[in-house]
Amino acid sequence: MMRLPRFHYHAPRTVQEAADLLARGPGEAMLVAGGTDLLPNMKRRQQVPTTLVGLRQIGALRQITNGDGLTIGAGLTLSSLLDEARVRDSYTGLWQAAAQVATPLLRNMGTLGGNICLDTRCNYYDQNYEWRKAIDFCMKKDGRTCWVAPSSPRCLAVSSTDTAPALIALGASVTLASAEGTRRIPLATLYQNDGINYLARRPTEVLTKIHLPRADGWRSAYWKLRRRGSFDFPVLSVAAAARLAGDGTVEDARLVLGAVASQPIEARAAAASLVGQPLTPETIARAADLAAQPARPMDNTDFSLVWRKRVTRDFVSYALAELRGDDVREVRMRIARQLL
Amino acid sequence: MSAKRSVIGVPRRRVDGRAKVTGQTRFADDIVLPRMLHCKLLRSTIPHARIVRIDGGRALAHPGVHLVLTGADFPITYGILPVSQDEHALAADRVRFVGDPVAAVIASDELTAFEALDLIDVAYEPLTTFSDPKESLAQGLPRIHDYGDRGNIHKIVSLGFGDVERAFSEADLVFEDTFFYEGSTHLPIEQHAALAARDPDGKLVLWSSTQTPHYVHRALARALDVPAAHIRVIATPNGGGFGGKSDPFNHEVVIAKAALLLDRPVKICLTREEVFYCHRGRHPVLMHFKTGVKRDGTITGVHLKTLLDGGAYGSYGVASTFYTGALQTVTYHIPVYHFQGCRVFTNKPPCGPKRGHGTPQSRFGQEIQLDKIAEALSIDPAELRLRIVERPEALTANYLHVGTIGLPECIRRVVRTSDWANRYRKLPNGRGLGLACSSYLSGAALPIYWNDMPHSGVQLKLDRSGGVTAFCGATEIGQGSDDVLAGCVAEILGIEPLDIRPVTGDTDLTPVDLGSYSSRVTLMMGNAAIQAAERARELLARAVSRKLAIDPDRLVFADRRVFDAENPEVGVSFAEAVSLAETLFGTIGTTGSYTPPRSAARFKGGGVGPSPTYSYSAAVVEVDVDPPTGWIHVPRVWIAHDIGRALNPTLVRGQVEGSVYMALGEALMEEQSFRRLPRRLSGALVHKFPSLLEYKSLTTLDMPEVITELVEHPDPRGPFGAKEVGQGPLLPVMPALANAVHDAVGVRIDELPITPEKIVKALQAKAAGKTPRYGPTAFPEIPWPETLQVPPPWEGGDGTSIKK
Repeated sequence: MMRLPRFHYHAPRTVQEAADLLARGPGEAMLVAGGTDLLPNMKRRQQVPTTLVGLRQIGALRQITNGDGLTIGAGLTLSSLLDEARVRDSYTGLWQAAAQVATPLLRNMGTLGGNICLDTRCNYYDQNYEWRKAIDFCMKKDGRTCWVAPSSPRCLAVSSTDTAPALIALGASVTLASAEGTRRIPLATLYQNDGINYLARRPTEVLTKIHLPRADGWRSAYWKLRRRGSFDFPVLSVAAAARLAGDGTVEDARLVLGAVASQPIEARAAAASLVGQPLTPETIARAADLAAQPARPMDNTDFSLVWRKRVTRDFVSYALAELRGDDVREVRMRIARQLL
Repeated sequence: MSAKRSVIGVPRRRVDGRAKVTGQTRFADDIVLPRMLHCKLLRSTIPHARIVRIDGGRALAHPGVHLVLTGADFPITYGILPVSQDEHALAADRVRFVGDPVAAVIASDELTAFEALDLIDVAYEPLTTFSDPKESLAQGLPRIHDYGDRGNIHKIVSLGFGDVERAFSEADLVFEDTFFYEGSTHLPIEQHAALAARDPDGKLVLWSSTQTPHYVHRALARALDVPAAHIRVIATPNGGGFGGKSDPFNHEVVIAKAALLLDRPVKICLTREEVFYCHRGRHPVLMHFKTGVKRDGTITGVHLKTLLDGGAYGSYGVASTFYTGALQTVTYHIPVYHFQGCRVFTNKPPCGPKRGHGTPQSRFGQEIQLDKIAEALSIDPAELRLRIVERPEALTANYLHVGTIGLPECIRRVVRTSDWANRYRKLPNGRGLGLACSSYLSGAALPIYWNDMPHSGVQLKLDRSGGVTAFCGATEIGQGSDDVLAGCVAEILGIEPLDIRPVTGDTDLTPVDLGSYSSRVTLMMGNAAIQAAERARELLARAVSRKLAIDPDRLVFADRRVFDAENPEVGVSFAEAVSLAETLFGTIGTTGSYTPPRSAARFKGGGVGPSPTYSYSAAVVEVDVDPPTGWIHVPRVWIAHDIGRALNPTLVRGQVEGSVYMALGEALMEEQSFRRLPRRLSGALVHKFPSLLEYKSLTTLDMPEVITELVEHPDPRGPFGAKEVGQGPLLPVMPALANAVHDAVGVRIDELPITPEKIVKALQAKAAGKTPRYGPTAFPEIPWPETLQVPPPWEGGDGTSIKK
């Protein structure tokens, strides 16, 4: 089997302690929570930190609290998140996204914070050491070329988190803690469209909390394209959220596409086109067309990029139809192979 | 003797079920020995190259490293087929694909061995690479191997059974279609693992997750130049095989050599990536079917051409080539048949036998073409097949003796259970049903290497405790062969399967069985077990008859007793019966063996296809296709399988459903496909995604409802009438799915896998007024050799070819 490289391991009991360990440098330390993303990557030598700072002993990171909305500890496992009726009822899109991450076993280990910080993925990068050696490596690790588009000046690895698009659509923000203090930023600004530097998180920061605003009449939905009903990362996802007036008019809306770039992509024009309108086949079709435009899938995931681009509008339509209250169970069974 | 069966035909828990579900089965990787070392292989990162220099000096100096081996340590080649002895355990002077092993490090632990791999210095001189058959056909140099039929063609054959051009001229309609079937791998959950050690006497022992310990035994003796009598191969229970563990493998030879040199146990556990490089999976096959039919559907003749992408080594490839053309005639009556097959070498992991070995590809093409024929002739596809099914006990155009045929009953069952008459062509747009059939061998009638000895042997040891030990070389790969062995013996001796201790797959302890491949074990081992058990029963009956003064013919063996059929209370316990026999005859041991009947095919190439009898299957698949996206959903599969006789229906149903599962993977998503980077920047030719995550196969959530029907027409050639079930039920599912897509949205997908993207492209073609299909359009020119003409039986042939 594949073995982990040698590394030092620290198990701090507080966020402060973890932040101090990161601040100590020399910068090769990485955080590990559930380990479902990082440890396989380490076995394949995609990431080879000399020091790991484990977050599992920090109880504070697993808390979930009410208040002005909902605050979720970054260390909460996805399975625990799914057990929360508050999430399922008021932040349905997040629940649907978390429910479709990987497999039940991986959700038992993987955390919400881990999924938000998930390494970007690429068929040229998510391979073991020998395979990458056979292509002379790639820009993201040990090489110079981005094999997805050899003339590309930047890495085109794909943002593959399920929960981030759902959270951004819900207007989430996150708290980052470091030895110097904490800061709270909108989740959307945590990401940047670069497969290597995809997070605006500083290396010395710990993602501690995810804040959701009050549900306040917002509905949300998450639709994920993947080959199979389990296990697979998204190769296209659509997170939609909208606040509807009593007569069904859209008062506000957000649409976010996942897995079409190195960061979640907000389809602002599409969302804006819905405001002031009822959700009808026509307004949905127009929004779907507008939402599909910013999708720029590359040829580095499952399915062909042409087809992934083509079906973007269908997936936007499914999400908006669900927001409208349509009975989408049959489509869900066909696409997700499960009801959500 | 009572004809009522108490074990056979009763659904039971398998004898090894408890060990499996409680995690107590000891797989190869579970074996740990004192002083054990670990091996890692350095694999080529270049697809095709000459090795200019290799130096393991720095690796050997690495702390914890005990031994570094290179090609120079393995001068003798080996391979599964006598005609393809083309593998070195470590590359001698040439690497042929990314993943070909070039050196081995044996170290105190896996991590140390892995780290030392990077310290081995290899200088390669890259050679031209061949990524697909068209490239290999177009350019014969450099040759990937210095043997084979010509250039980079490994095997090329042309067989004629009657005058096919005349058959086409006598047809009312002639259909021509080209199909492509993508390669796929076996994906057993257990990755290959092996452990080698010297036993206390200094002899070599190899534990390995292999399906064929006998062939591994022979290969080790050859490659290591050690007498076979000094080698013991123990096949550990396999965590799935599906054909992927049927070859002798380089890692087995390497650790055996290392254990001999170091006199310490050496273990190797392959990574998932390495399993993709071992491969020996489904050949990608491009095929062309030309079929002549009368208006009533009668076939006048078939001309089939196949082009196989063999990968970098021979493996079973010569057999695979013939198998792409062997079994068409066993299913349907084809009076005139012309088969041409060609296998080429490419710089990719070698292809070989995967469940259905060589036959699913052409089955896919033939069953889709029959669907097209049925449509053109306005005959219901089920009715068409019922009209043309081969006759029981027939001798086919290519000299295969078929046995019983339960196919018509299989077709009728799936037609009934799927409500075919009311639903086929009557469902709304987007939903459809498709039907297809198949047949498969119940064991290859010829061994891998030429000999006239039995194919399976069973030895029984009975003693006064009442316990019975059954020894057989057959290998438990998850299919339930230990249970079949115990069940057959228990049935004859009137005891319970759990009273039997199966000892299997150990070349020191067990009589030879050729291995768990070609669906041969139940039929061959079962017949050998019955013979051995009947011989034991006879000894016991004679002893009991003497004690009770009853004619032995009146004795019944049942309920762990031996008793008088007319006065059941008069009798003895089974243990007492053994004691009586042991008193009378001395130690009780019997043997049984099985040798298949001689084949009627006496032409060159006729060795592939003959079997004692054939199984048959029919399937109906329902699909739900979303036209805008092409997204496919399979809600239900109905399948009927002609098993002859179900020895343990629980296992039979498991095999049928497992076949449907594997078939749907091949039908919908599996692709052993490769990536060549831009040539101006790189010479890389790599497997696209050698991982369990990105190589897609179905998860539980993707599995449809499966309605299984077992058709039982006992075949006298099988044990208690049984035929095979391990492979046949896979075959009809892929074409049935393709036919269902046509019923749903009116387009033909003549290529596997059938993906949403391909359906969208076919629907676009349809909307543009073009041929509503997706698939290959041309079959390349191939320099076929002169056809070997073999007149079929009805033209006075005797199974030999016409001498020129």
